[in-house]
Amino acid sequence: MTSSQVIDMQSSTAAATKEVPLWKQDGAEPFLKIENVTKMFGEFTAVDNVSLNIYKNELFCLLGGSGSGKSTLLRMLAGFESPTSGRILIDGVDMAGIQPWKRPVNMMFQSYALFPHLSVADNVAFGLKREGVGRSEVKKRVAEMLDMVQLGHLGKRKPNQLSGGQRQRVALARSLIKRPKLLLLDEPLGALDKKLREETQFELINIQEELGVTFVVVTHDQEEAMTLASRIGVMNNGVIVQTDEPHDVYEYPNSRFVAEFVGSVNLFEGQVIQDEPDSVRISSVEAGATLYVNHGISCSPDQVVHVAIRPEKITISHNRPNQSENCLQGEIEEIAYMGSLSVFKVRLPSGKEVRVTQPNFTRDMGERFTWNDKVFLFWDEDSSVVLTV
Amino acid sequence: MKRRSLFLNFAAAGGFLFLYAPIIALIIYSFNKSKLVTVWGGWSLKWYGELFQNEQIINAALLSFKIAFISASLAVVLGTMAGFVLSRYGPFRGKMILSGWITAPLVMPEVITGLSLLLLFVAMEGLFGWPSGRGTSTIIIAHTTFCMAYVAVVVQARLASMDETLEEAAMDLGAKPSSLFFLVTLPLIAPAIISGWLLSFTLSLDDLVIASFVSGPGNSTLPMVIFSKVRLGVTPEVNALATIMIAIVAIGVIAAMYQMRRQARLLAKPE
Repeated sequence: MTSSQVIDMQSSTAAATKEVPLWKQDGAEPFLKIENVTKMFGEFTAVDNVSLNIYKNELFCLLGGSGSGKSTLLRMLAGFESPTSGRILIDGVDMAGIQPWKRPVNMMFQSYALFPHLSVADNVAFGLKREGVGRSEVKKRVAEMLDMVQLGHLGKRKPNQLSGGQRQRVALARSLIKRPKLLLLDEPLGALDKKLREETQFELINIQEELGVTFVVVTHDQEEAMTLASRIGVMNNGVIVQTDEPHDVYEYPNSRFVAEFVGSVNLFEGQVIQDEPDSVRISSVEAGATLYVNHGISCSPDQVVHVAIRPEKITISHNRPNQSENCLQGEIEEIAYMGSLSVFKVRLPSGKEVRVTQPNFTRDMGERFTWNDKVFLFWDEDSSVVLTV
Repeated sequence: MKRRSLFLNFAAAGGFLFLYAPIIALIIYSFNKSKLVTVWGGWSLKWYGELFQNEQIINAALLSFKIAFISASLAVVLGTMAGFVLSRYGPFRGKMILSGWITAPLVMPEVITGLSLLLLFVAMEGLFGWPSGRGTSTIIIAHTTFCMAYVAVVVQARLASMDETLEEAAMDLGAKPSSLFFLVTLPLIAPAIISGWLLSFTLSLDDLVIASFVSGPGNSTLPMVIFSKVRLGVTPEVNALATIMIAIVAIGVIAAMYQMRRQARLLAKPE
């Protein structure tokens, strides 16, 4: 990639961030509309009444564990499965009865599904040839596409002569060559090792922005979803539990499931003792303290709720802080030094274990605390979230 | 390299000797000068020359090759379709029975296959006049029947190990099911089809029992001619003929194995 392209892309991302995203605009027409889609396999409900709007140029991640229905939903978009009930509209067109080979959709498979008997160039050209594109045009576009994924020099190789990362890029090139309106990616980075995955993530985002294709990515890896996505849909048991931007999914999970599935979290069970429109006070036996959260919730008095606090938002100290609320006492039970940060497991008097992570600002940071130290754990009132479900 | 024990060497030598000593003896005797099969009279290619003068044997050989070629080709078409159904139809009622029946000819005694086919042909002729009499066409039908089972088994195994998402990927890229078969599925199972064809060809060339049941007068295949000649005493000519057949069969088997190996390499996952 040339440096001018890099600058171009940076400026276009900067421009894009200034605009209000389509999903926040009233009356914006979604590009992909999933309406009350249910898919049953015999008695088993794989996808349960899912409705979802995805907008043009989005990079939407469906995040969920295995068996959550995310792959089934993707296969319905590609046309390999048909919904038991509900509708799927792509660019305003109802996809019911439209065969996979007629949809304006392409898919990148988890196994890559490269044709082993065809060369890299022929694999990429496959889609264009089916469209009846002329020979010289095919050659030109294949060459362009291979250059984009930096495989221009490997066109004559067979797939089994390539490394995992190279095959991943061939699969991507092959699925993009027909300039689909919608690209579906099934665990696109799942087969790559950690380092390669991180590099490829950013490459994928660049390509998506450059081509302006709408991406729907299925993944079980929450880190991958956080880095890639414009929005994330968290799936569990065939249902979309929460749909939000990565930041909101992480900072404002709407349920215990999402809080625990995305990142790690400490949950304290407690009872609402004071419920103001803009704040809640919760008494928690488990935490051994009163917890105060500066956002309102809709709940009944004395309702049992959970307060969620992320490990990195907790401060750990030997000294008592100047706050009585959101302040716990405990004893360090385990320390894990991870280089960039340290992880502490602190046992509260109630028996509850709290996970705290601290960045190692200075070199001796990790040595300030040791096992069985009595410590105070505290956090700001706007760091935690109350979860009613 | 690890030294192998004496026992293993002995076992290997014994096994190979048991398998191949008769064949080697046959090949050596085919170059015998003497007219008596059991007496060695020095090296000669005389009997090969005689063989090619013998019109009966040449005609039988040509007939056998023709039958083998046609029935192998028919068996490949039918066997591939059967293998396809078995691996792609999904679970259906009677799948177990069908797959059992398809492989039955592999284990059925040839005498029974031959007899039952003969009865069928006779009954068919009585009912609607076809096939009229036994001849080349009935042998081809009979050979196709049992060769098809071999092809079905080979193709089914190949399809079962093939990644089905390859077909989905082709559809996703705009290939209709009809063109999908020729663009993706067929090239991928081609090695299995080729080895199935070669296997069928050699099996058909070999067959004596079934052909004896379903052939008519003037339609003797090569194994039938050899068998009838041997009944009158083994001539050195037959040794020469047998040597040539061994060579052809060996080439067929080796080619089939090579195809299998090539296919395994092509589809092997790297790393």
